[in-house]
Amino acid sequence: MAKHESDAEVDRVTNEQSAVGIDETKPLFGRVSRRSFLSHLGAAGIAATAPPLLGATSSPPALAMQDTASSVEGTVPVKLRINGEDHQLQLDPRTTLLDCLRENLNLPGTKKGCDHGQCGACTVHVNGRRVNSCLSFAVMHPNDEITTIEGIGQPGHLHPMQAAFVEHDGYQCGYCTSGQIMSAVALLKEPVGPTDDDVKQAMYGNICRCGAYPNIVAAVQHARRQA
Amino acid sequence: MDAFRFNRATTVDQAIQSGAHSTTAQQGAEVRFVAGGTTLIDLMKLTVERPKEIVDINGLALDRIESTPSDGLVIGALARNADVAHHPTVQRDYAVLSQALLSGASPQLRNMATTGGNLLQRTRCVYFRDTAHACNKREPGTGCSAIDGHNRMLAILGTSKDCIATNPSDQNVALTALEATIQIQGPKGRRSVPINTFYLLPGSTPQRETVLEPGDIITSVTLPAPAPGTRSLYLKLRDRAAYEFALASAAIVIKVDGGKIHHARVALGGVGTRPWRSLEAEAELQGHAVDAATFRKAAEAALKNAHPASENGFKVELSKRCLVRALTMSVKPV
Repeated sequence: MAKHESDAEVDRVTNEQSAVGIDETKPLFGRVSRRSFLSHLGAAGIAATAPPLLGATSSPPALAMQDTASSVEGTVPVKLRINGEDHQLQLDPRTTLLDCLRENLNLPGTKKGCDHGQCGACTVHVNGRRVNSCLSFAVMHPNDEITTIEGIGQPGHLHPMQAAFVEHDGYQCGYCTSGQIMSAVALLKEPVGPTDDDVKQAMYGNICRCGAYPNIVAAVQHARRQA
Repeated sequence: MDAFRFNRATTVDQAIQSGAHSTTAQQGAEVRFVAGGTTLIDLMKLTVERPKEIVDINGLALDRIESTPSDGLVIGALARNADVAHHPTVQRDYAVLSQALLSGASPQLRNMATTGGNLLQRTRCVYFRDTAHACNKREPGTGCSAIDGHNRMLAILGTSKDCIATNPSDQNVALTALEATIQIQGPKGRRSVPINTFYLLPGSTPQRETVLEPGDIITSVTLPAPAPGTRSLYLKLRDRAAYEFALASAAIVIKVDGGKIHHARVALGGVGTRPWRSLEAEAELQGHAVDAATFRKAAEAALKNAHPASENGFKVELSKRCLVRALTMSVKPV
């Protein structure tokens, strides 16, 4: 499985540092992210001390399926199709779809808010329908088409809903935003009335602590008019 | 979350055989079916549910919604709440069910939750959901923390000295008013259970909530043909206008003719330890004049044996007014 781009960056920067005796207490500059740096440390630490922890808590890349025998007891093989790409995984069945996306597949765009199906931050599409990924086990989805925020659009090729959120300032801290956008995109294919109240009724499964609701509704209505 | 073995059932018989290994189908079951997962996985994260084996039944062909030869409706146990709520036959002939479903949960949860899973939805009592507190339903014999604790959201009907937990479902209240029958397949074969006898009162065994036995799987829910000329309606009262459980709710099926009530079915939600069919209210409605006095008498009868706890006394009057309002709305000329 290919290393994440920024893991290579960490290696490069770390090697450079050792070579010239750079003070490691100073922050790393360049394109290394905090996520990749901590992930790299975490993986190294775990490898040194214990057998790999699969599932919800760990960050090493997913084990490639070399053969059908499971290398870690109790894990289950599953092929998941995320944003049009197939991934062969060996998972602790306790791994929620949310944790699988974020921790095993390096797709952290989907957020964990409440982890109990009460906030909507974890909203993804399963076969085109919006669901809370925190309340589903990854191993339950071998035949499903799963779409995450990463699969909706890219910088330079934004989904019209993403563009509408930008134009209408439909976010503040941004944490609920991917869930809001995933919910709103799914809503485009659901029977929803035309008014702002109808949109609020259709979006109430996504809550926003910052209170960006008026702008979210405006963004959704804008995108609906375009569609 | 405790570790568990994970299997997928490809046939109903496979599911039954797996489920039959459990010593119980009630609280504490070692084998659980997972469909939508919206209750089970939520409770597993809280260590309230601790199955050792999970059988994924999503692959079973139990999701159809079809008319029956006698003009009733069969709703597959794996039909998603969203699909049932938006089904044209449900909206036309069983409007109370569509309204009830759409009043509950969220769009995301409704896309996941199934008819069968919703039937088996568990109480939202905070003490049941928190293993740090004593709970007779979760651990028999440990006591009820709610009776002397925070019980504002809990039941006033069907309670016992051992448990006052509410059944939180909206779907089940509507199905109760519609006189649904639950189709079950198990190790001993098939059986049909009227919804009114499906749920158990807590009594001294609050850990037992339904008549299900190990290996039983709900395959469908059947609804009788709608009685001609009836209308139905669901009214849900709660602290917020959305994404919140009922404080009190009412499901009504009613037919009015010549100023008199000819057919009345009443079920209450948010106030009972199980979906609460009220034959007492129906007796005050059937054959009586369509007016506010009749509705009020029905409400009084429905709540006559209410037994509130320290914080939910308000529910007695709220539930009466909810029923009166629902009846009033249900007979309004279209």
